[in-house]
Amino acid sequence: MKPFRILFRSIRDSFKSIFRNFSLSMASIICSTITLLLVAIAIVVTVNVNYVTDTLEKELTVVVYLDRDTNEENINIIESKIKKINTVADVVYKSKEEWRIEMKNYSDTLNATLDYLTTNPLLDSFTVTVNDVTDLNVTAKEILKIEGVQTADYGEGMVEDLISIFNVVKTATLCMVFALIVVTAFLISNTIKLTIFSRRSEIEIMRLVGSSNIAIKLPFVFEGFLLGIIGAIIPVVATIYGYIIGYEKLGGSLSFGVIELIKPLPFVLYTSIVLLVIGAVVGMFGSARAVRKYLKI
Amino acid sequence: MKFIEVNNCYKVYKNGVSAIADLSLNINKGEFVFVIGASGSGKSTLIKMLYREEKPTKGTVSIGGVNVGKLRNRTVFKLRRKLGIVFQDFKLLPKLTVYENVAFALECIGLKSKEIRPKVIKALEQVGLKDKLRSFPNELSGGEQQRVCIARAIVNDPKLLICDEPTGNLDPKTSKEIMQVLEDINKELGTTIVMATHDKEIVNRMKKRVIVLDSGVLLEDHEKGRYKASETV
Repeated sequence: MKPFRILFRSIRDSFKSIFRNFSLSMASIICSTITLLLVAIAIVVTVNVNYVTDTLEKELTVVVYLDRDTNEENINIIESKIKKINTVADVVYKSKEEWRIEMKNYSDTLNATLDYLTTNPLLDSFTVTVNDVTDLNVTAKEILKIEGVQTADYGEGMVEDLISIFNVVKTATLCMVFALIVVTAFLISNTIKLTIFSRRSEIEIMRLVGSSNIAIKLPFVFEGFLLGIIGAIIPVVATIYGYIIGYEKLGGSLSFGVIELIKPLPFVLYTSIVLLVIGAVVGMFGSARAVRKYLKI
Repeated sequence: MKFIEVNNCYKVYKNGVSAIADLSLNINKGEFVFVIGASGSGKSTLIKMLYREEKPTKGTVSIGGVNVGKLRNRTVFKLRRKLGIVFQDFKLLPKLTVYENVAFALECIGLKSKEIRPKVIKALEQVGLKDKLRSFPNELSGGEQQRVCIARAIVNDPKLLICDEPTGNLDPKTSKEIMQVLEDINKELGTTIVMATHDKEIVNRMKKRVIVLDSGVLLEDHEKGRYKASETV
């Protein structure tokens, strides 16, 4: 079949020309290696920042204490009222008895103190999680309006600051990844343009002996694809080993366990795939674009 | 039987230079035609319009009934497959051997390797280079390189062979050999040949049809013409 023959020859020729124009191929490969390494670092940082902020945000809750001696019927009413607020994601009830047991287990002093008291000094409570942490404030105010609620606490002030800082960090890191990808695309396609510039006479002859434009483009597109993939190998290996080793060295967290890092295993694989795809796609399109210029003779 | 038809053709380049003005001529199948004229007379432009490197600004150029100027960039390859082009500067690929250079033309149009080999051998036989298959272009003399270029041009059995000053870089003796090769191709294969040149001796010796251009205008068109005719101007 003729189309397959052309395809097969294109693949063969792309391999040939990578070796025949070795120094230029190396230039493209090194260029994409360096830029993709930067992209890899940016992705690792961004994803971890997002992961950390997300886990921290999940821990932000409204703690609701009820009036002393609220009876069971009222507790149920209050719970259903809280659940009706549309910003609320989940409500967990904890009775004063449960609090007491938990506290007694917590330390011997507390155990002794609580044993000394004949009545339970603690209050029944709800732990309320919200869909969007920016609604914590509103939700707490809504809950306070409900009859039988004594306090609704969420760490005012600090939470708002934390959330706005998180948002800035998230957008900044995302922008960085995006900018780096654009720069990578630009650099790789420029280097490929150079390789193709040095072979314009070959393209011209192909045109003159009657190659169709597709038959001319294909080998270059494959070449770009291969250069992109080869250029992505080092960044991929660096990401996989670097992250796994780094994760184990740090024990999975920073700042003595306060900030938890994302687990390496599906994450490094996804990152590798992203790097390979960027390399391949940018290489292919860079080549195709560069060849097009010479197809107008 | 008309094979190439040029009708009221004009070519003005983007920088305003008028290369061809109101040119009309016909070339029949199997003819051997010289196009001569001083530098800037428009002969290269005419040749380039035949293989559609340039489009006429006005008028038509048609080959075998196809209006060449109307072809789109994407479909030009269909025309080029039907003709062979021989260049003054050979345009061989330096990293390919003689065999590969000729085979390249057939690979480009997607022939099977089995079909390619006998055709390449036949074409190289025709130009007398059968024993240099594995040489690289820089190991060959100018005349031999031009033969490779001719072999590449005829390997696809074209109906038309376009030669743009094929002897321009060669010494008289080698030129003579090259002309012998071209004449054989014209006679044996019946290929129509259009050749731009300003080599007086060749034109006078061959006694073929001569088209004389001057400032883009058809000055003379002689059967069995001589270069001298144009010298009178």
